[in-house]
Amino acid sequence: MKRRLFWVPLAAFVAVAGLFAWMLSQEPDRQVRSRLIGQPLPAFTLAPAVPTKPGLTTAAFRTGQPRLLNVFGSWCVPCAAEAPQLAKLARAGAKIDAIAIRDTPDKVAAFLSDYGDPYAAIGDDRNSSVQLALGSSGVPETFVIDGQGRIAHQHIGAIRDEDVPILLARLKAAR
Amino acid sequence: MIAEAGLAALWLAAAMALLQLAMAAIALSSRATEPPQIVRDLLAAVRPVAVAQGLLALGAFAALVALFARTDLSVLLVAENSHSAKPMLYKVAATWGNHEGSMLLWVTVLAVAGGAIALFERLLATRTHVATLAAQAAIAAGFYAFLLFASNPFARLSPTPLDGLGLNPLLQDPGLAFHPPTLYLGYVGLSVAFSFAVGALVTRDVGRDFARAMRPWVLGAWIFLTIGITAGSYWAYYELGWGGWWFWDPVENASLMPWLAATALLHSVTVLATRDGLRAWTIMLSVVAFSMSMVGTFLVRSGILTSVHAFAVDPTRGSFILALLILYIGGALALFAFRVGTVRQGALFEPVSREGGLVLNNLLLSVILGIVLIGTLYPLLAEAFGVQLSVGPPFFNRAAGPIALLLVAGMAVGPLLRWRRDRGRAVARRIAMPAAVTLIVFIALLFTDAGLMPLLGLSLAAGLAVASILPLVGRSPWRTPMPIWGMVVAHLGIAVSLAGMASDSAFTAERLVAARPGEINRVGPFAIRFEGIKPVVGDNWSAIQGRLIVTRDGGQPFLLRPEQRFFANPPTETSEAALATFWDGQLYAVLGRDDHGGRRQLRLWWKPFVTLIWAGGGLIALGGFVSLIGRVRRRRAR
Repeated sequence: MKRRLFWVPLAAFVAVAGLFAWMLSQEPDRQVRSRLIGQPLPAFTLAPAVPTKPGLTTAAFRTGQPRLLNVFGSWCVPCAAEAPQLAKLARAGAKIDAIAIRDTPDKVAAFLSDYGDPYAAIGDDRNSSVQLALGSSGVPETFVIDGQGRIAHQHIGAIRDEDVPILLARLKAAR
Repeated sequence: MIAEAGLAALWLAAAMALLQLAMAAIALSSRATEPPQIVRDLLAAVRPVAVAQGLLALGAFAALVALFARTDLSVLLVAENSHSAKPMLYKVAATWGNHEGSMLLWVTVLAVAGGAIALFERLLATRTHVATLAAQAAIAAGFYAFLLFASNPFARLSPTPLDGLGLNPLLQDPGLAFHPPTLYLGYVGLSVAFSFAVGALVTRDVGRDFARAMRPWVLGAWIFLTIGITAGSYWAYYELGWGGWWFWDPVENASLMPWLAATALLHSVTVLATRDGLRAWTIMLSVVAFSMSMVGTFLVRSGILTSVHAFAVDPTRGSFILALLILYIGGALALFAFRVGTVRQGALFEPVSREGGLVLNNLLLSVILGIVLIGTLYPLLAEAFGVQLSVGPPFFNRAAGPIALLLVAGMAVGPLLRWRRDRGRAVARRIAMPAAVTLIVFIALLFTDAGLMPLLGLSLAAGLAVASILPLVGRSPWRTPMPIWGMVVAHLGIAVSLAGMASDSAFTAERLVAARPGEINRVGPFAIRFEGIKPVVGDNWSAIQGRLIVTRDGGQPFLLRPEQRFFANPPTETSEAALATFWDGQLYAVLGRDDHGGRRQLRLWWKPFVTLIWAGGGLIALGGFVSLIGRVRRRRAR
């Protein structure tokens, strides 16, 4: 009996080493997986961020059609960098709304005239409260919202060229 | 030239390790009672080879330090991790602030420890001594191979760049210059215990002499580990600017686990040395302690755990270290399983006795070790089943905290027990005073707003402080053996450190404010007036410096200057907390961002008695040092 006990440390180590080996064989995955997938959007009503466009409410996402929700700020450099990709998405037929974080109307207007305007509506989230309720950790971030107002996908960071087909596929899948 | 010389020294050291292993294996395979001359010669030659190996490894490391000191940018490692415009201290410290350099330091400590065993160890029987050196050489050989084939620190870069990429500014701190080397001396110093255990298993020679021989080495490694952890904790506390001193980060756990195992080993080896008990257990702990060091190295180097410390994320290197891990830990544990049954059973003892107390200590330390290990590996296990989670302070504090307090209670009683057997009633009389102190402090603090755990922590700390001094009562201070003094000081250190931890979590006052210039905020007994900011420049950084005029209870005002620093190489922003230390605690101020409305974020903490945490750590290490001097002197006297 006692002799058998002496094998316990080796057995425990073999189990741990097996776990390590398995982990090493995996592709490293550094993605933060969103806990928001499948959650309904929080209820919000945002005033227009620019006078020329409507503001944004939760109800606007319950139209039966999936939409993109882009969280951005005119003060944010990666937001300007992703503008061409947003334009590409808009040309491919995506409906895009936005929330402007900690911004002022004139600065948003200047941003839109500099980098293009793919948005149907832009809500003004001056103190980040809707951004926090959404669970978005920074700008830019882009959500795919299905026709019932539920979050189907969260893209953290700027949209790069290779992300465009992924987002289009997610939009299609959210239908 | 220096790089090539360093590389040559490294290859030669590797060759010496192989030679050492082969010579020892051949010599030990002869089982004749009257070994032939050649075997005796081989046994005698293993020692000088081990010394040569240590010197060559040291030479290779010195070469790398020289390359960093000169900022020789034709060496890839220097170009990637250093920069010519850096203070000399950080140029040298950059040697081990990267993967290759720190692995070279690792193997250097290993080889030097082997050389030291060869030079200074005289208590062990020759065969066990040679077997120990063989084990040390076997470990070294694997890590030389790892360096030479997967992480060559001396690789050249062509063409030579105009300047280097620089060192992570978080690491540009005097704390970094000493923290990793100290920790490594501890980590890798435990390899000595591992090799002793393997050597003893090979020759089946486990007994009191073995324990006495091993004890000072374990003690030495443990002292460095204690200093390394204490310094690392303080460094994280003031450099990260989060106001915390322990984050249960996987890499912190990787240093805590060997410490827990080594602490348990120090106590069990005492039972083995004094009473010839706990033979198998002591051997296993020796293997486990260094195994924890290697597992820690693996976790940090393979990148399978994400941590602020993980700087070399490389699956090839991970596989290499894993292979070494399986070879050494698996090999040693298999040897343990096969051989330890043939080691003669040691002495048995009564449950109420010093031995019994030390067994309790070992059990509780092992449980804490198990909790930390499970908590660290659980995210990996969960991920294997497709769940992503992280295990944080709430788990560790709740699971390990109560057991640690139980351990502290046992620690108060243990040293007051007699060897072999003791009587319950006599023990109760001896612990009456510390128990009363614990109770009084508990009742006195019951009406403060301290939570239950900090309350228990503070009262047990007071009881332990009293109990730890009791072994000195009735002894002449000059006649008391040094190891007893060491134990008293180290246990007192635990009490002091625990008091600091409990006080920090019970009484810390925290404020987060957005302050306009001229505004006054209060935290604890302090009134803090925000004067405004001004730009300052340093050696290789510029900063925004906040100026805070602080008065305590209306006393003499003084200036605190927290900074937000901007480093150019590589471009990084760090926050430099400003600390004011008092006898009864620390005021901790961090300068945050501008809110674009003329206000600055300020984070202010008043942490009563927080410094006791590290003072206690220092006392623990000092106790170990006093004890070590005593042990070495006693051996000399023999």
